[in-house]
Amino acid sequence: MDIIKGIRSRRGAKLNIKGVAEKTLSKTSSSPTYALNPDDFFGTTPKLLVKEGASLKAGDPIFFSKQDPRIKIVSPISGTIKAIERGPKRKIEKILIESNQSSEVRTHDVKNWDKLNRDALVALLLESGNWPFIKQRPYGTLANPDETPKAIFVSAIDTAPLAADQEYLLTNHHENFQRGINVLNKLVDQAVFLGVDASHTAPFDHVENVQMYTVSGPHPAGNLSFHIQQLSPINMGEYVWTINPEDVVNLGRFFNDGVFSPQRTVAFAGNALKNPKYFTAKIGVELAPMIKEVKIMEDSPRYINGDVLSGSSTTASGHLGYYNNLVSVIPEGNTYRMFGWLPFVDNSIMSLSNTSFSRLFNKKGFDIDTNLNGEERALVVTGEMEKVFPLDLYPMQLLKACMIEDIEKMEALGIYEVVPEDFGLIDYANTSKIEAQEIIRKGIELMINEVG
Amino acid sequence: MNFLRKTLDELKKPFEKGQKLEKFAPAINAFDTFLFVPNHTTQKGAHIRDAVDLKRTMVTVIIALLPALIYGIYNTGYQYYAQTGVSFTFLEAFMHGAWKIVPMIIVSYVVGLSIEFGFAVYRGHEVNEGYLVTGLLIPMIMPVDIPLWMVAVSTAFAVLIAKEAFGGTGMNILNPALTARAFAFFAYPTYMSGNKVWVSEASNVDAISGETILGTLAAGGEVNYSMFEMFQGAIPGSIAETSTLWVAVGALILILTGVGSWRIITGGILGAAVMGLLFNLWGANALMSFSWINHLVVGGFAFGIVFMATDPVSGAQTNKGKWIYGILVGIFCIMIRVFNPAYPEGVMLAILLMNVFAPTIDHYVVNGNIKKRKKRWALAQELKSA
Repeated sequence: MDIIKGIRSRRGAKLNIKGVAEKTLSKTSSSPTYALNPDDFFGTTPKLLVKEGASLKAGDPIFFSKQDPRIKIVSPISGTIKAIERGPKRKIEKILIESNQSSEVRTHDVKNWDKLNRDALVALLLESGNWPFIKQRPYGTLANPDETPKAIFVSAIDTAPLAADQEYLLTNHHENFQRGINVLNKLVDQAVFLGVDASHTAPFDHVENVQMYTVSGPHPAGNLSFHIQQLSPINMGEYVWTINPEDVVNLGRFFNDGVFSPQRTVAFAGNALKNPKYFTAKIGVELAPMIKEVKIMEDSPRYINGDVLSGSSTTASGHLGYYNNLVSVIPEGNTYRMFGWLPFVDNSIMSLSNTSFSRLFNKKGFDIDTNLNGEERALVVTGEMEKVFPLDLYPMQLLKACMIEDIEKMEALGIYEVVPEDFGLIDYANTSKIEAQEIIRKGIELMINEVG
Repeated sequence: MNFLRKTLDELKKPFEKGQKLEKFAPAINAFDTFLFVPNHTTQKGAHIRDAVDLKRTMVTVIIALLPALIYGIYNTGYQYYAQTGVSFTFLEAFMHGAWKIVPMIIVSYVVGLSIEFGFAVYRGHEVNEGYLVTGLLIPMIMPVDIPLWMVAVSTAFAVLIAKEAFGGTGMNILNPALTARAFAFFAYPTYMSGNKVWVSEASNVDAISGETILGTLAAGGEVNYSMFEMFQGAIPGSIAETSTLWVAVGALILILTGVGSWRIITGGILGAAVMGLLFNLWGANALMSFSWINHLVVGGFAFGIVFMATDPVSGAQTNKGKWIYGILVGIFCIMIRVFNPAYPEGVMLAILLMNVFAPTIDHYVVNGNIKKRKKRWALAQELKSA
């Protein structure tokens, strides 16, 4: 396919961190347990379909969305429900499935899927548990099956620190990827967009039925919000859907054999690891066996489902999240630094600010930790957020509108065009240690509740 | 270091949650975090954070202020000895200045920080570092002979009315240090203006003329200082604003570290230069024909535009807004000087005026973005219905 446009961003930052995953693929030895975490599905309240002790085939539904009962989340493996862990107010935090090592699967009839009309195709995706792969903008929630999106975006470029190489994940899966793209084409109003790196690998040149564009620039240039704003900006009342490249492959595989495909290639990366590398696994897999292989060099590091800017904390006994291709493991930074606030001291700590010499040294990459490097303060410094924010909107003004819950202002300033991840680098860079992603997430929740 | 850490942890125990002195935790925390960057780790949001924090930023500003302050202390002594005709060494001049200025700095910090600590405890938030800069700025822009109690009252007024009344650090509309000066200027005019206050002991010793260059010009007098003297700062004026040279060094530090906005500084210089040039062409009175370059180096213009106008809280906050704000500060500064010779402190009044208008400037800049978005929405609606 021809490239329709090259989009480029100068605002942002490439965080040069030690511990990039080496491109060798290991298979996970069979993991004893898998888990689903309903928090992975933003804006979805789970309603359970199974009880503890129930036995399941791979692809059997486990819970559905209270917001839309047609949306089902299915089991990635065959086994029995071992435990349903609940938090405060009986909120479901984790559904633990014990694998029975058999390969019992639920199959669906996918013959002649290309003859199905759109409604039948949507129904099949919903019934088979493939629907949660698709998210929608605005808000980044699961897609609403009743809407037709004007565009669907797939981005094979991830600029987040230590991110898994999305093109590497797709090696040898191009046939299924193409089939997945063809499925998406039946769902969309205008076009399916595919974003690739400017120096993309050859197989992408042969992908058909997409509007292909290239992306260059530092993080967060790879974030879909930026691509959408550049190519098909969201107006009030419009929808755009997004899906991860590996889930396009999963879709393609499903439409080949009729079995829900939960494949996840996952990169283990971070400066707390001795052998950072890739694994092939399934959604919800237990992390412990892989942790053993990558060798942890710290006593009690932080395990993160996702990247260090927008991922969520987990533990050594935790499980892989539903969507992420990356597990970051970095040291905790619970230490004191005497007079560490002096400018131009402690230059080994990564900093985007010129009040440190860190950028002049350390070409090999930084050792990072989770220290806050200060305390939360009032918003004082201006202009630093814009430096790391490529979207055409005013980030600080939007944050302030979210803080005071002024819905009209949030709308006008562009809340429909962002998701919390876009503010990950602002979390990192801002002097006042403001929790920007948290503020945006709350703002979006407010929008969902008040406007819908 | 470990011993000190342990002692501090022991000291902090009664201030912990649920303990007797919990309410006063912000006070002890301020001292603790002065010694150590705390061991706090990220709990939500991004898992890693930049090494920069507000303390580091504010300390950078203080470093940028030091050259001007040190020269200001020396110049205080230099003006006194030079005008009285006594021979003196650099050290003597410096000590003369320090003897007068150090107490002012102490008063400003003690009064301001007490109020800040009080409000931090009352409101239950940590002490913000902003006052470290404000507290140094206040004495730097006062006349040297102002009584200490006036410094104290002005400081209290600025912190209470200009800052805390609006919600504290980050919320204020006016620059607190300039508010302190403006308060003193209008409350105690005899100590803040005229021809007897700008040189140490000018009101007591007849031989000393304590007149500033702008004051001389307004009175129709001749200026006897060379361009180089003005630039170097060996002229009467408020304590640390006279030396454009050392202010420029500070400006360089602020711009290179990214702490001060180069847009505001450049905009301000542009605005003032163009305005000065226009008045030069008009040339109806002594102040109008005063060369535009000289306008840039006297009357505290450089100090104001570098250290006061760039205050990120009271200035414009958008990049485009910063240009407009800077340019207007420059224009108004020269305009006030020329049209109203009674107020040679044009730069102070211009910045305070633009502080008030900064939110309006930002409003229109941000509105441009909003309008673009709404236009796009309307267009999409049209296409849909067509």
